[in-house]
Amino acid sequence: MSKTFVGMPAFPKNAAKAVQDSQLRFNLRKATRTIRNKRALVVGELADWPGLRQAGKAIKDHTLRNLDRYLIQLEEAVTAAGGHVHWAKDAAEANRIVADLVKATGETEVVKVKSMATQEIGLNEALEAEGITAYETDLAELIVQLGDDWPSHILVPAIHRNRAEIREIFLDKMPDAPPGLTDEPRALAEAARLHLRERFLRAKVAISGANFMIAETGTLVVLESEGNGRMCLTLPRTLISVVGIEKLLPTWRDLEVFLQLLPRSSTGERMNPYTSTWAGATEGQDFHLVLLDNGRTGVLADEVGRQALRCIRCSACLNVCPVYERTGGHAYGSVYPGPIGAILTPQLRGMSTELDRSLPFASSLCGACYEVCPVAIDIPTVLVELRAKARHPRAERLGMAAAGWVFTRSVRLARAQRFGGRMRRLVPKRLPGPMSAWTDTRDIPDIPRESFRAWWDRTEGGTR
Amino acid sequence: MRVALFITCVNDTLFPGTGQAVVTLLRRLGVDVDFPPAQTCCGQMHVNTGYPKEGGRLARQFMDVFAGYEAVVIPSGSCAAMVREQYPRLIGAAIGNAPDTSCDPKVYELSEFLVDVLGVVDVGAYFPHWVTYHPTCHSLRGLRLGDRPRKLLENVRGLELVPLPGAEECCGFGGTFAVKNKDVSAAMCADKVGNVLSTGAEVLCAADNSCLMHIGGTLRRQKSGIRVMHLAEILATTEGGR
Repeated sequence: MSKTFVGMPAFPKNAAKAVQDSQLRFNLRKATRTIRNKRALVVGELADWPGLRQAGKAIKDHTLRNLDRYLIQLEEAVTAAGGHVHWAKDAAEANRIVADLVKATGETEVVKVKSMATQEIGLNEALEAEGITAYETDLAELIVQLGDDWPSHILVPAIHRNRAEIREIFLDKMPDAPPGLTDEPRALAEAARLHLRERFLRAKVAISGANFMIAETGTLVVLESEGNGRMCLTLPRTLISVVGIEKLLPTWRDLEVFLQLLPRSSTGERMNPYTSTWAGATEGQDFHLVLLDNGRTGVLADEVGRQALRCIRCSACLNVCPVYERTGGHAYGSVYPGPIGAILTPQLRGMSTELDRSLPFASSLCGACYEVCPVAIDIPTVLVELRAKARHPRAERLGMAAAGWVFTRSVRLARAQRFGGRMRRLVPKRLPGPMSAWTDTRDIPDIPRESFRAWWDRTEGGTR
Repeated sequence: MRVALFITCVNDTLFPGTGQAVVTLLRRLGVDVDFPPAQTCCGQMHVNTGYPKEGGRLARQFMDVFAGYEAVVIPSGSCAAMVREQYPRLIGAAIGNAPDTSCDPKVYELSEFLVDVLGVVDVGAYFPHWVTYHPTCHSLRGLRLGDRPRKLLENVRGLELVPLPGAEECCGFGGTFAVKNKDVSAAMCADKVGNVLSTGAEVLCAADNSCLMHIGGTLRRQKSGIRVMHLAEILATTEGGR
């Protein structure tokens, strides 16, 4: 991934391009619907799902309220178990720490477990600049990396690609791909497996993130489906984990809740295939934990917005989002796309760019995301809160002020309605200026001769 | 019971027929309807577009206008959801049937008022047409209207209710979203329209005219011949006309 999101236009522009791509829309529709239905099926099986959801929310809220205490507890537990803990306030600091740790081993190659935190900080690019090559080992991340592409989904980063496209990428970019490679899923997986096996056996350094960290025991937890994570976590001599500070859970027992919530919400599975847990350095490994802030304490300070830190990166909100389904992840210009990205990205990065300011508006507020969120993040409420903080275009500010003025007195509204009624025949089919956005694809309703309030006045509520 | 009608700015200005249908329907069911003339807008557009100051002013105005009433009936799922779900947080308003409050006024979307307060599902309507129903997001996931509208429609004589595929999916209106993100909005509506057409229904019904304005505007642009009607307009229709 040699590209960055810097300088990307605002969401509506990116989205306009994406909705024109019929192949993309077809791929997305098929994939999101498959996972969406699978999730609904396995969530529906659990009679106590609402209770689990409330428990997940409560545990995360409690942890976030006491984050300072639990982080110290975690550091002590990891250190006692032979690990080294590093604190990184931002992306640059985290990348510096990781690069120095890798260099200290004398290696120039690392294997990676799929991790959102390392993508957020652009670790692969930072390592590349230091002469270190990072190899993604998750199948979808491998596809994205080989294709010099961006991930477009949190859970299935190559969701925008179909298997014919994946075959092309493998033949083109994977030197050891068999020449007769077909686009059968089994053949593609086998080619990737052989390609990666050699990397696992050679690697001396691995980099991961973590789904959860347990303050009580110093345990890190990684959930994955392919077994590549297990290889990375166990084979190399040095393991470096970069984890956001909000990934904490107080006790081992709390996993009981999250190991039910996460697989069912993300992959639609009852149980996660590969769950790896480790505390500190095991069996002669060097273990380093880099705790990443990168804007998180700022989010924590916002009373409404802080609930975004409960997120366990399951992607259920992406898979039900009608906007995401039509635009895909790239339009969001962030490693966090979809509804959660629309509230997380502007909070983590701030709203200084046109793109970041446009993200809270990339939603029809339909509420489907909130309904499926396993930790009950009220995404629509946070979106509305962020919209209030965004700088609005001048024309819109004037329009809203005018509407506000009219609505503050009912006589003004009545006068505006009478004026509209008189002008009703003069309203063009296609409106000019910004309102053409409505009439490009939709007719405007016929303006009535008489408003409801005028009718009520004239007929005394329909009695005359 | 003193029942006030909050007509909503969209209905008042663009769809007076819906308001008249609500009045006809409620009178037929023996309800004394009042229309406080000082009412204007609930403030949803302002709040949801990021103007809480202006929206909050309109919310306080709403609370002043409807202070003396036990019940306020709103023929719009999203405006009812705005008042009940957002006012408590926005201006600390005590809405009678919002969670954790118990004073007047209580705010009902029309179908809630009919089914829960009046206890009727058969309102004596006659509408001999094929109808499909779009539940709208704020009615479905905000107010949780559930099967109330369906029960009301099923009891309309002559009416054939045709299930709408993908009914729970957003139509892409979303207030100013329809203009700010017009391409995504239109793409969402294209799929909604496709589903509506696949039902073979003559009429698309919903409990919210803003969504219907969006879907209906697209249907009309495509010259589909399918009419859109607010739930109240169907329920107000009887055998001898209204």
